[in-house]
Amino acid sequence: MPYTPHTDQTREAMLRTIGVRRFEELLAPIPVDVRQKASLDLPDGLAESEVDQLLESLAAPNAVPEGVTSFLGGGIYDHHIPAAVDHVASRSEFYTAYTPYQPEVAQGTLQATYEYQSMIRRLTAMDVAQASLYDGGSAVAEAALLALAHTGRKTIILAGTLNPRYRSILETYLSAQSVAIQSAVGPDGRADFVRLGQMGDADTACIVMPSPNYFGMLEDWERGARIARNCGALMVAVFHPIALGLIRPPGECGADVAVGEGQCLGSPPSFGGPLLGLFAVRREFIRRLPGRLVGRSVDARGKTAYVMTLQTREQHIRREKATSNICTAQALLATRAAIHMALLGRRGIAALAQTCMQRAHYLAEEVARLPGYDVPFGPEFFNEFVVEAPLNARVVLERLREHRILGGIDLGGRFPGFERRFLVCVTEKHGRQTLDRFVQALREVAGHNVGESPSTTMTAAPQGVSPRARG
Amino acid sequence: MNDLGGQTIFDLSSAGTEGVTVPQPQVPSPGASWRLPESNFRSSLPDWPEVSEIEVVRHYTRLSILNHHIDRNTYPLGSCTMKYNPKINERAATKAGFARLHPETPDADCQGALQLMWDLARDLAAITGMDEICLQGSAGAQGEMAGLLMARAYHRRHGEHRLRVIIPDSAHGTNPASVTLAGFESVAIRSDARGLVDPDALAAVLDDSVACIMLTNPNTLGLFERDIVRIAGMAHAKGALLYNDGANTNALLGLARAGDMGFDMLHLNLHKTFSTPHGGGGPAAAAIGAKRALAPFLPGPAVVKRGETGHEQFAREAPGPDSIGSIHPFVGNFGVLVRAYTYIRSLGALGLAQVAQDAILAANYLRARLATEYDIPHPGPCLHEFVASASRQKQHGVRAGAIAKRLLDFGVHSPTVYFPLIVPEALMIEPTETESQERLDAYAEAFLQIAREARHDPDLVNSAPHETPFLRIDEAKAARELDVG
Repeated sequence: MPYTPHTDQTREAMLRTIGVRRFEELLAPIPVDVRQKASLDLPDGLAESEVDQLLESLAAPNAVPEGVTSFLGGGIYDHHIPAAVDHVASRSEFYTAYTPYQPEVAQGTLQATYEYQSMIRRLTAMDVAQASLYDGGSAVAEAALLALAHTGRKTIILAGTLNPRYRSILETYLSAQSVAIQSAVGPDGRADFVRLGQMGDADTACIVMPSPNYFGMLEDWERGARIARNCGALMVAVFHPIALGLIRPPGECGADVAVGEGQCLGSPPSFGGPLLGLFAVRREFIRRLPGRLVGRSVDARGKTAYVMTLQTREQHIRREKATSNICTAQALLATRAAIHMALLGRRGIAALAQTCMQRAHYLAEEVARLPGYDVPFGPEFFNEFVVEAPLNARVVLERLREHRILGGIDLGGRFPGFERRFLVCVTEKHGRQTLDRFVQALREVAGHNVGESPSTTMTAAPQGVSPRARG
Repeated sequence: MNDLGGQTIFDLSSAGTEGVTVPQPQVPSPGASWRLPESNFRSSLPDWPEVSEIEVVRHYTRLSILNHHIDRNTYPLGSCTMKYNPKINERAATKAGFARLHPETPDADCQGALQLMWDLARDLAAITGMDEICLQGSAGAQGEMAGLLMARAYHRRHGEHRLRVIIPDSAHGTNPASVTLAGFESVAIRSDARGLVDPDALAAVLDDSVACIMLTNPNTLGLFERDIVRIAGMAHAKGALLYNDGANTNALLGLARAGDMGFDMLHLNLHKTFSTPHGGGGPAAAAIGAKRALAPFLPGPAVVKRGETGHEQFAREAPGPDSIGSIHPFVGNFGVLVRAYTYIRSLGALGLAQVAQDAILAANYLRARLATEYDIPHPGPCLHEFVASASRQKQHGVRAGAIAKRLLDFGVHSPTVYFPLIVPEALMIEPTETESQERLDAYAEAFLQIAREARHDPDLVNSAPHETPFLRIDEAKAARELDVG
């Protein structure tokens, strides 16, 4: 039996100490009629080498940037993770600890979290950042809940350019409250400020505005904040942490709450999870923060030390009156982000943002020159932009797969009228040759006869047969 | 030698150093019409430190060694299931084909990942007796919220607007918080002398305004709700649903299934029972299970299997019209799902059953060893955890919190303290199946020595810890001065 240190001898000795003869006596509290009669309908356990092979057979068929070139983004980004992040964050001391309930033996997690909070605060130019939420989408939902509670109002206004996946989460979180959600998007891939201004009224709790938005375009947070001010609502800015190496931060644009997705700070895409919800506020909202917050104090000897603080907001004390139900969040990803941010430093984050942006703009300019292609929303983007193809985007992306390229996210199914559009992301991992090859591939796939419908997969089907033989 | 203790990463900043090199753009600057207007740029760089790689590595290595962790020694936080996490789980989750896989990858190009999820959902259905499993939850608390929103949607579908959710007073704090978030009012019912739900107390508040009863089974006292079948019958007779907070599923693997007890829905804290390291407070993941009648309301997308045997294709399917919607931007915390799948494959049916049995054995053993000095307010046997009380020690002026601090001096972690709320001076202990008899004995000896100290030298306990890297930390000062970075 793996992973248990007990043997039949120790088990018997322990039963004797307990004062029972057979283990089954310990199960007496479980009524016989709900006890499982047969063993679980699961395959037998495997040896470690067999498990490793099985998992490799499930991992190998997936198309990842080791075998294909990918321009997928949309909130999840394949940035370089410095080796030191993996190395240090993989120390057992960080990853096999739990929530620092006993701060005297958890200063590593606590100080790393404090430094993470500090770096997110400095990046966003907000007053306070908390210790992590699940992901960017639930962070948007928590921001809306904060605004609803603070204002007592019942309407949320969204820039219609918010990541649709975030909007779905927001709708789920608010589905039990009688809250109206309104949104407006203009024809230029950005928020429609005129309509947003008309929507804002005495019932508006907050305005939620991403920048860069889902289409990669920068939005005017200041203008959003003015609308919010005019109707007494809060301004919720949804940011991209790497963009903030260059872009004006939410705290300088009048944001009350700033939220974002932090996976790009030191954690891999991992098929979309676990992620890292970033959450920062102006000081007056500190007691409305969801989740955990680490503060600085001293120990009995006067040494600087850190501890979870303002816990009276939290569910384990306030129960039904808590500001949020969140408990365990993403401490390890926050630790990874802290290490990554420390390695990058103030100039590194700016250089990274510059490289991503300049390469993306280079690619956009080249694509816009291709016959039949367009970059319809213009140059005010960070490192993602919408491409309009001469053919249906689905067809273009299918054909790009034959070139072993994942060319971007098809926007056709999600946005009416966007059938020929897809979203392209560029990072520091895309060198000039890769970008030029992509441009060439785009040129070629547009030349195909329309109507061919390749149905290849880029990689082989899973080699390992599932150990569960199911019909 | 000065090891630079006490410094923050900001103190280590030295202008001009860098911890990682970033590639230059190496592409021509864009033409004027493709440049971003200057008004978008920040006026100054973010005030981050500038630190060399070696100093970053030394700093966070120094911090790390201040942490207690399960790879070092016993960590028996009640209801947290701090078991040892097999290293093969980490190797599996960090395979490039999983870790570098982008969630927007077309279904045809991520069949391995989708098959893993499909298989895992079937495994968890078999383990719990539920009909359908959704893997989208980020943590137990989010699973609870999802389950309650499902209950709400289910009743609305049947033309009912039920307002109340019944929760025992022993429940995790997330339960009432989730109830509020889901738009319900929580009704607490008192546990009886056995530490269990009192069916008569339940009957007194159970009417057709109740949407759901939320129970943790075994409960936070580590006790199995013996009347569970009767409770399920009572709930269903009034049209209410029964939700299982599955935080304590480690006790039941292969022994009993929530689905056979009458539960309609549940969540499993995959990082607990199915072994993802807890990361200093996450990441977690929750599987949300439902019986057939509730399945249409599960969040999504779901992974489905199409095609004939031998030619199966796996696909992500958008949630249906009755679904409560999405609770995660993508399919869930996939990295945690890989670890759960790896764990289940490693242990198999018999291994998982042994996990539960050894967890129960360890808890009862420790319980028996502590019973000479500590009050154990509820009769045993217990399942995977138990709650002791320091009420005897309190007579000497030593409270549970002080005992917890003193335990740290023995190189072990303390139990959960002052929870559940219904036991005075509660010490909630979950040793898990991975602690050996020797480790359990050492833990018991520490507890017993502290009991003796409480009688003879209470100040020694009350001023603890003494041997830890940091002495007692001033929590009031942190809240008063609020320097949070």
